[in-house]
Amino acid sequence: MNKARIGLFVTCLVDLYRPSVAFAAIKLLEDAGYQVEVPEAQTCCGQPAFNSGDFGNTREIARQVIDAFADFDYVVGASGSCIGTIRAHYPDLFENDPAWLAKARDLSAKTYELTSFLTDIASIDTVESSFRGEVTYHDSCSGLRELGVKQQPRKLLDSIDGVSVNEMQHSETCCGFGGTFCVKFPEISTRLASDKVDNICDSRAPVLLGGDLGCLLNISGRLQRLDKPVRVFHVAEVLADMADGAAIGEGED
Amino acid sequence: MQPQSHRFKQNVSVALQDVQLQKALERVQEGFVDKRAAVVSTLPEFEQLREQGKAIRNHVLDNLDFYLQRFESQVQARGGQVHWAENAQQARDIVRDICKRVGAKMVIKGKSMISEEIALNDALEADGLDVVESDLGEYILQLAQEPPSHIIAPAIHKTKAQISELFYHAHQKLGYTRKLDTVPDLVNEAREVLRSRYLEADVGITGANFLVAETGSNIIVTNEGNGDLSCTLPRVHIVTASIDKVVPTLDDASALLRLLARSATGQEITSYTTFSSGPKRAGDPDGPDEYHVVLLDNGRTEMLAGAFRDMLRCIRCGACMNHCPVYGVIGGHSYGWVYPGPMGSVLTPNFLGLDEAGDLANACTMNGHCASVCPVKIPLPDLLREHRRRQFERKLQPRFARFALAAWATIVRRPRHYQPLMSMGIRILNRLGRGKGRFKSLPMLGAWTQTRDLPAPQTQTFQSLWKKQRGDER
Amino acid sequence: MSARERILNRVRAVTADKNGDDPARRIAEPPRLIRPDLGDDLVQRFGEKLTLGGGSLARVQDLQQAVVEIELFIRDAELALSLRAAPALKGLPWGDALEVSFGPSAGDDLVSVTPAFCAIAETGSVVLLSGEHSPTTLNFLPDVHIVVVESNQLVRHFEDAWIKLRESGEIPRTVNIITGPSKTADVEQTLQIGAHGPRKLHVIWIDR
Ligand code: SF4
Repeated sequence: MNKARIGLFVTCLVDLYRPSVAFAAIKLLEDAGYQVEVPEAQTCCGQPAFNSGDFGNTREIARQVIDAFADFDYVVGASGSCIGTIRAHYPDLFENDPAWLAKARDLSAKTYELTSFLTDIASIDTVESSFRGEVTYHDSCSGLRELGVKQQPRKLLDSIDGVSVNEMQHSETCCGFGGTFCVKFPEISTRLASDKVDNICDSRAPVLLGGDLGCLLNISGRLQRLDKPVRVFHVAEVLADMADGAAIGEGED
Repeated sequence: MQPQSHRFKQNVSVALQDVQLQKALERVQEGFVDKRAAVVSTLPEFEQLREQGKAIRNHVLDNLDFYLQRFESQVQARGGQVHWAENAQQARDIVRDICKRVGAKMVIKGKSMISEEIALNDALEADGLDVVESDLGEYILQLAQEPPSHIIAPAIHKTKAQISELFYHAHQKLGYTRKLDTVPDLVNEAREVLRSRYLEADVGITGANFLVAETGSNIIVTNEGNGDLSCTLPRVHIVTASIDKVVPTLDDASALLRLLARSATGQEITSYTTFSSGPKRAGDPDGPDEYHVVLLDNGRTEMLAGAFRDMLRCIRCGACMNHCPVYGVIGGHSYGWVYPGPMGSVLTPNFLGLDEAGDLANACTMNGHCASVCPVKIPLPDLLREHRRRQFERKLQPRFARFALAAWATIVRRPRHYQPLMSMGIRILNRLGRGKGRFKSLPMLGAWTQTRDLPAPQTQTFQSLWKKQRGDER
Repeated sequence: MSARERILNRVRAVTADKNGDDPARRIAEPPRLIRPDLGDDLVQRFGEKLTLGGGSLARVQDLQQAVVEIELFIRDAELALSLRAAPALKGLPWGDALEVSFGPSAGDDLVSVTPAFCAIAETGSVVLLSGEHSPTTLNFLPDVHIVVVESNQLVRHFEDAWIKLRESGEIPRTVNIITGPSKTADVEQTLQIGAHGPRKLHVIWIDR
């Protein structure tokens, strides 16, 4: 039987900051029986330009992504906000351009966030991981509201023996990252991150997981500035049993 | 009011430090968000009702000319008058003229955002009229000489102690000399003080939650009953409403009412839902002798014609601000004008321009919570992004931000250059930060590192690691 | 050109080629919209929702009992046995225990008694119409508002009330849908009963 081919959308933050997330995604997808490839001609989904109102550049970047992934059966990425941009917004960008609109819709229809692909499409309900302990989970906004990612990561986490999710209060409230928002309005952003940190600490779980690296960088940065000992991983790293190295923002010393 | 939206960033700094305000804002969660969630969970049809609400409001906008004229003719048929105002000035003048003609000395007001939008109180007071707000929240703010900070709960930012202080000073001359410290006492004192004002007032001015084209009715929805007293007791009832408030029939109004209270206060319905259609009829023992409706455009026809048309579906429930994480920590006054929160960030730049209110469009993390609760499914984040698009086109964003974005886009659009460049940059950053795993400060990234550590890159870029791994395998 | 013309012209310019429902038709024959499922026991639902909104309910068998219940309720509220009633209720067997006068309120009546046009099971609301025999001031000025409803006046949804209203002819100056006493949460989000209007809403339900 021919395996379905997946193009991995790496996302710029994973590419630059945390390659282990992409390796984890590849492992999970291969274990699920897919053939995974990583097109070289990818950089970013264009969200920073899009949310800054620069639709011209967004459209160019979108074309690049559409072309790079045109031939795959599925496109999967370990980020709710990048996948949300492709799924929910690319088609809007080409409203007046029928040829590209069709291509954007094609791409949109076959693009999935990692945990939702694993559970909703690949029908995986258990994963093998040696990770143990209590974790708490932050629901990143785009994944939650643009893609309906909520139960999927929890379901997979629940399948790991010895992992339990201690839900924090207001897990669905924004952490204040918001892409460029976090540097345009640092005071508000910091306040939201602090509130998130409080809720994380109140959950008493020693580990925070999430599905979007942007949020995780923001939250871990705030946790560390406040000297909170909570360790932060992308959920894919735990699911793929690749969370034995340094957590986000942890050094070698 | 004098717009303060251009001072948004300063306003935010003040608000974040304001201990009283922060305490007050915490109540939004329990008072609105939790209650809404509870009431919505008991109505399985709620999502369908939202979809239907959106369709009704869109249908109205598609046929606005028809429904406005139908509304007008129905009001006239019942002995009322309809006045059309293109802008705030015209609307104020219409109301002032009516008050002058009937020899009014005192005006009692129900809550009306349109009245705030056109700054009606100042104009009436300048004419020597005694203007009294009757909604308890609005009354508190009138004493404090402040604008509302929420469209449903205008005084949500005030604490009990502050209100007690305001009442103590304002009511002394009326013989109330005790300083009050319980909510029942405060509410009772306001009830007593305001009761006589209703009976004295010559003119009652209310807003409208909806205008019904079928019957020429205006609907006001309250829990206090203040709006009802304001439109029943005085000789003249004036309704101030914007042209987008009209709905086709009583049935359509009901469909939207099912959404309104649930979204606004988490109630299934408020205590009073009142339909007024014209002045009192022959034989009626009470009710006003005159009934006027002022229909305000003030830029709405322009919105109707453009990219912000969806915003005109708004039924002013306040759910978007209740669920907005940004509103939740900065409060309504930070927005600097009449409409706060997500709906305000969309509306205010439409009314005041992007030069005055451009910051509002950017003060959003695009978390989408507002749109997910909006009862008429307004895509608020998309509309905010539309403002940003215009800012970008007009080059209104700070020069550095524009430059950074352009530089970034230039590289991102060229994967063949992007990857080696990033690979090099990341190697350097990794070397610098590997030991600690994070940075305490970095040049040009102060906005991040002042309050947050910046995690250091793990190793090299994924793309270079992947290439290497593929090469090894081969 | 008047402001009216200019506004309408601007509206027309962007609504010119419309498709979809014909608005005149929508008004002539309002389409059936989604109505929440209410279950079967409408009277029970009415009572539950009324209570949820802060009102109270007493069920009686006839007008005689209704008057007795009115008296009891006023006694319970520790008020003088005097009330202002809507002229429409002149025919009630008032008896001698209560001091009853009829007409609108000028603000110094503590108790009012009014009829209703109908009651809505969906929300536990009573619907009152203004008119020669039912003054609106009675619904808002007194401290206690007692509404007499007969069981055959119960309708399911808002929309059923509108059907009745349209059948009855002209819409009156005021239609009040009342669901509970006057309340406010404007001070620190704390619910307080009796803001400007009645502190108590009591429905007397006559089972027919
Ligand atoms: S935009 Fe939507 S949620 Fe916000 S006030 Fe308007 S109707 Fe309510």
